[in-house]
Amino acid sequence: MRYIEPHGHMVSRTTDDYLQMVTAGCAAVCEPAFWAGFDRSSAQGFYDYFCQLTEHEPKRAAKFGLPHFTWLCINPKESEDPQLAAEVLAIIPQFLDKPNVLGIGEIGLNKNSRNELKVLEMHVDLAARHNQLILVHTPHLEDKFKGTKLIIDVLKNDRRIQPERVIIDHVEEHTAKLALDAGFWAGMTLYPETKCTAARAIDILEYHGTDRIWMNSACDWGVSVPLAVPHAALEMRKRGHPADWIDQVVYQNPMRFMRQSPKFILPGT
Amino acid sequence: MAMTKQQLIDLYFLDARARLIDLAAFLDRIERAEGEEDFRMTAFRRAMTELSRSNSQKARQVLHALSDPTEEPIEKAPGKGACGAWQGEVAK
Repeated sequence: MRYIEPHGHMVSRTTDDYLQMVTAGCAAVCEPAFWAGFDRSSAQGFYDYFCQLTEHEPKRAAKFGLPHFTWLCINPKESEDPQLAAEVLAIIPQFLDKPNVLGIGEIGLNKNSRNELKVLEMHVDLAARHNQLILVHTPHLEDKFKGTKLIIDVLKNDRRIQPERVIIDHVEEHTAKLALDAGFWAGMTLYPETKCTAARAIDILEYHGTDRIWMNSACDWGVSVPLAVPHAALEMRKRGHPADWIDQVVYQNPMRFMRQSPKFILPGT
Repeated sequence: MAMTKQQLIDLYFLDARARLIDLAAFLDRIERAEGEEDFRMTAFRRAMTELSRSNSQKARQVLHALSDPTEEPIEKAPGKGACGAWQGEVAK
């Protein structure tokens, strides 16, 4: 089996995770910028993090033969301070030409506040001005439905944004249709507790089809499973889905979306 | 849908049975304990009523029952976390 992990916070994971992912057939890992579990105290902290994502982590992944790509932003969980956000956004352009940077992400909303919305608009503007792909984080739990609608409104209101160059991540049964009907890609996150189980993610695929949709582990420092995607592939096989159907979801679809960036080149493809 | 009803029941029944008993035990545990329930359990019990509907949109309806139904952004984030159920306008 082959698969792409399109959303994994590898700076929080161990080398054992890299080994197991590659052993399971992982062909590439893509790492959006995210919240560290604590608030960074200054833009300089983000500068160091962006160096880690664009210089150090690709080298760590390469030791396991795994191509590593990344997305840059200030995460919605740190977007309540527009001043800090503006300072962080000002340093992002100097990293956009790095060979493993695919775009701006994971941007979006967390608690659906006015400041978060303002910072989201700033990120969308940055992506549009630099012709970058966008990876969107949708809020957790009770805030997801409202937040997804607010995010889609922001994206649709900016006429420079092409929906097929945006993925709206962490969709569930109540938000998948919102993203897909608006022309965006949709991502499903496989979490043991708070997002989709593999069985539910497969239900969503059976409802909505396999075009413009992927699944990811979003493994990070919290309760998460780095092998969630290959585990879901096994579940798809148990559900009677053919090998090419599974391959489309776990490999071809992330490949098709991310190849919209000329930097997304995998060895032998 | 690649499988028949019978095949899906064969594949998932024991897992669903275990989750159903866990859910029942959770409710028993809450009811045995002292103190008051909070808004989360109100939303939880409301969401459970969606399970008896005969449509095939139960997961979506349960998620809606636990979601913030409002449309306007809030003035300021009260923190970073989510608790799994909408507390209502008063708490915002």
